[in-house]
Amino acid sequence: MTEAHTVGAAEAGRTADPTTRPRSLAGDAWRDLRRNPIFWVSLILVLVVTAMAIVPGLFTPNDPLDCTLSRQHAGPSGAAVFGYDFQGCDVYARAVYGARASLLVGVLSAALTGVIAVVVGMLAGYFGRWVDAALSRVVDIVLGIPLLLAAIVLLKRIDSDNPTVRIGAVVFVLAILGWTTAARVIRSSVISAKQQDYVAAARMLGAGNGRTMWRHILPNSLAPVIVVLTIALGSFIAAEATLSFLGIGLRAPTVSWGIDIDSGRTHMRESAVPLVVPSTFLALTVLAFIMLGDAIRDAFDPKLR
Amino acid sequence: MFRYIVRRLLQMVLAFFGTTLIVYALMFAGQGDPIQALAGERPVSAAQRAYLTEKFHLDQHGVGGFFYRYADYVTNLLRGDLGESLTGRKIGDILAQAWPVTAKLALIGLLVAIIIGVTCGVVAGIRRGGVFDNATLVLTLLVLGVPTIVLAPLAQYLLGVKLSLFPPTAGADPSLYALLLPGIVLGCLSLATALRLTRTSVAENLRSDYVRTAKAKGLPTRRVVGVHVLRNSLIPVITFLGVELGNLMGGAIITEGVFNIPGVGFNLFRAIRTEDGPLVVGLVSVLVVVYLVSNLVVDVLYAVLDPRIRYE
Amino acid sequence: MSERIVRPRADQESGGHLLEVRDLFVEFRTRDGVAKVINGVSYHLDAGETLAVLGESGSGKSVTAQAIMGILDSPPGFITGGSIRYRGTDLLTLPEEERRKIRGKHIAMIFQDALSALNPVFPVGWQIGEMLRLREGLSRADARRRAIELMELVKIPAARQRVRDYPHQFSGGMRQRVMIAMALALNPAVLIADEPTTALDVTVQAQIMDLLGELRRELDMAMILITHDLGVVADVADRIAVMYAGRIVEHADVHALYEAPAHPYTRGLLESIPRLDHKGQQLRTIRGLPPNLMRIPSGCPFHPRCPYARQECVDVVPAVHRLGGDRTSACHFAEEVLDGRI
Repeated sequence: MTEAHTVGAAEAGRTADPTTRPRSLAGDAWRDLRRNPIFWVSLILVLVVTAMAIVPGLFTPNDPLDCTLSRQHAGPSGAAVFGYDFQGCDVYARAVYGARASLLVGVLSAALTGVIAVVVGMLAGYFGRWVDAALSRVVDIVLGIPLLLAAIVLLKRIDSDNPTVRIGAVVFVLAILGWTTAARVIRSSVISAKQQDYVAAARMLGAGNGRTMWRHILPNSLAPVIVVLTIALGSFIAAEATLSFLGIGLRAPTVSWGIDIDSGRTHMRESAVPLVVPSTFLALTVLAFIMLGDAIRDAFDPKLR
Repeated sequence: MFRYIVRRLLQMVLAFFGTTLIVYALMFAGQGDPIQALAGERPVSAAQRAYLTEKFHLDQHGVGGFFYRYADYVTNLLRGDLGESLTGRKIGDILAQAWPVTAKLALIGLLVAIIIGVTCGVVAGIRRGGVFDNATLVLTLLVLGVPTIVLAPLAQYLLGVKLSLFPPTAGADPSLYALLLPGIVLGCLSLATALRLTRTSVAENLRSDYVRTAKAKGLPTRRVVGVHVLRNSLIPVITFLGVELGNLMGGAIITEGVFNIPGVGFNLFRAIRTEDGPLVVGLVSVLVVVYLVSNLVVDVLYAVLDPRIRYE
Repeated sequence: MSERIVRPRADQESGGHLLEVRDLFVEFRTRDGVAKVINGVSYHLDAGETLAVLGESGSGKSVTAQAIMGILDSPPGFITGGSIRYRGTDLLTLPEEERRKIRGKHIAMIFQDALSALNPVFPVGWQIGEMLRLREGLSRADARRRAIELMELVKIPAARQRVRDYPHQFSGGMRQRVMIAMALALNPAVLIADEPTTALDVTVQAQIMDLLGELRRELDMAMILITHDLGVVADVADRIAVMYAGRIVEHADVHALYEAPAHPYTRGLLESIPRLDHKGQQLRTIRGLPPNLMRIPSGCPFHPRCPYARQECVDVVPAVHRLGGDRTSACHFAEEVLDGRI
């Protein structure tokens, strides 16, 4: 059957009218995003939390570690908007300072996840064959490990109370268990990028494997990964808080929402405020990142709507 | 079908050894004093030291010794002998007591997810873009975004302590009613995921060609949706829920800890806090096995539900 | 139930046609705007004959069929005008429940891609029998027996063994036979075949077309054959309606049309068929692309692609010219094109 024989040679013809301006995917996505209130709300939340993490002093003059038992569960006052907790620490100041550890763990874990995922996904997608088969099996196995259980086992081995060591350990554990989804995303976008003409052209012009991978394929595979990592960042923050809540993540003197939620929970019959405030901060932060990623993904993938 | 199951079974055996090896290696490899590692920061009595040395063959050294001990551990695990906790209780006994409670809790969670999640998901999928659909989308996003460590204590505080609708904590030998609130909290996440999955699946299937065929056959709409669309849409949902049952049993650590429910998760929660190494290893090992088995069951279920896989 | 439809009424309005589409308008309302997909289509079908509806994708041929069946997705599709009469009754004014009873029983349809058109999770026998059980009240066992008979009717080998198989276990041609068996289950008077062979290999295409022709004769059905392939219609169809941009641009007996087209678009289509007697010559194609249905060109919608277009074609929508008998052409210069003067 030749193309000319059949009348329907022009499947794409319906949109091919010269007067229609061809719209780019990014342009469409941006137009959708701009009209999406969820996008704006989450973006503002993310910016506020980021500011809190970088310059907490802007949000509160108080020191989160300045705790006096005589102020135990004292109510709100001009000095402390939400009053004091069981230990007599400023609830609001602690919640503000808690953003730093959460965001630090979230961002570092997402970054490390991104690195592992890019390397694994790129190698698997680019070389295919046995490399792909082997790496895909590794992904399957890691994906099959329940995250919380594995984190418990791994973190139990870290005895140090040094804040840097603990943050490093949590970041390492989250990244080592959490890179699989991003790697799969990279792998599939590398596979489709590899088949594009410009990649074939680059290779024909003598670009080596390394150059083809990093200069030609990677930039075109990054967008979906950034979406995945944004959502992952939210989950990592939640996971950090959960581990700290269990007592195997971050530990005092580091200020973490997870630790505060745990102590607030223990004393909630006396006062609920020290439970509610860090809970709200944590929930809003996690939600903000997940909603942001969700909104971007929806905008780029209208099929899902 | 038979070959498919055999293949899955072999994969599971492989995954079992892989995961237990990892768990074991992480717990014990390269430690200065493995006994102290097990015990954490607590002092170890001479009797305990002797018991642990004997039990874990700690007199053997090097890589050979490690695998010797690992083989021991797997053999014991397979025989159902999980050893003793640092408090001297048999881990098998602890599990036997805790298991039914956790299973009950997980089933409540799953039931909540099925009844509410799947029903709302079907409605949202049929009326895609409508008010109900958008409302559930936002609600599920909220549920998905709020971590359990926020949800569980807040639910306990608001519904348990403040409004006294539910008992705030369950305690030993909990009634079904006492398990209801924790069950709902536990099931929330699965509910949200199940709802979204059902919605997407129904919406996608409604657009598929076979729906047009079914309409062209002159079938009533309720049969087109209720039989043709639903039968296809529920394949991913059911497999998800199957995996989720395994997750719920292992994932109840926070919920059981917060609500004081004497299940497996609660014991693990307490073991972590009291730094009871052998108990943590024993419980985690069992939970990993449960997880693997539930994955296998789901794979088989998937093959039963989808003829395209069955006749692969 | 549908008694008043089954028994032919006086039929004076429809001029005795079995099925008549008159002045049908359909538009698709999407986020990006309104696409005018069908713009005043009229055609008719008499008992026992085969009408081929020919057109590019997007010409509206399938949408017309879906409107006849009443399975148009709405939204986005809306019927904004016209009538569809089956044995004198306007289907568009019937309540949904009555329309549903016509589907499959009076008018049945088979689709292009049988793999996706069949439900993947039910055995084919079950899918054929489903209609018999639900519409005719047959028992499970009777439905299966009848399903096997139908599968034998469409020449599926070893039907008795295959009745329990699932769609993906069949080859492309066999799957299309299953579709046909399903469509024939309730003995319809009209069969609409929407590109029944497009997804198939060339050799299998011929087998399916032969089977359709044979069954149509045996069961004395009328058939609407929707296709974009001029090659398949010649042997099967009695008449051809050529569609472009949601309109019928030419309508004629098969032989008359092949002999001398009366519309430049039809002529373009015929010239783009490879022919043995023109070996060595360059194959002609129609220049340009089908129109964007959200911005249908002024005047004659074909004018941007028409080699003979004049100012009149840009300004005035051509009327339907009657060229004797059933033959029509929607071209300002229909007579000239027909005579070969243009």
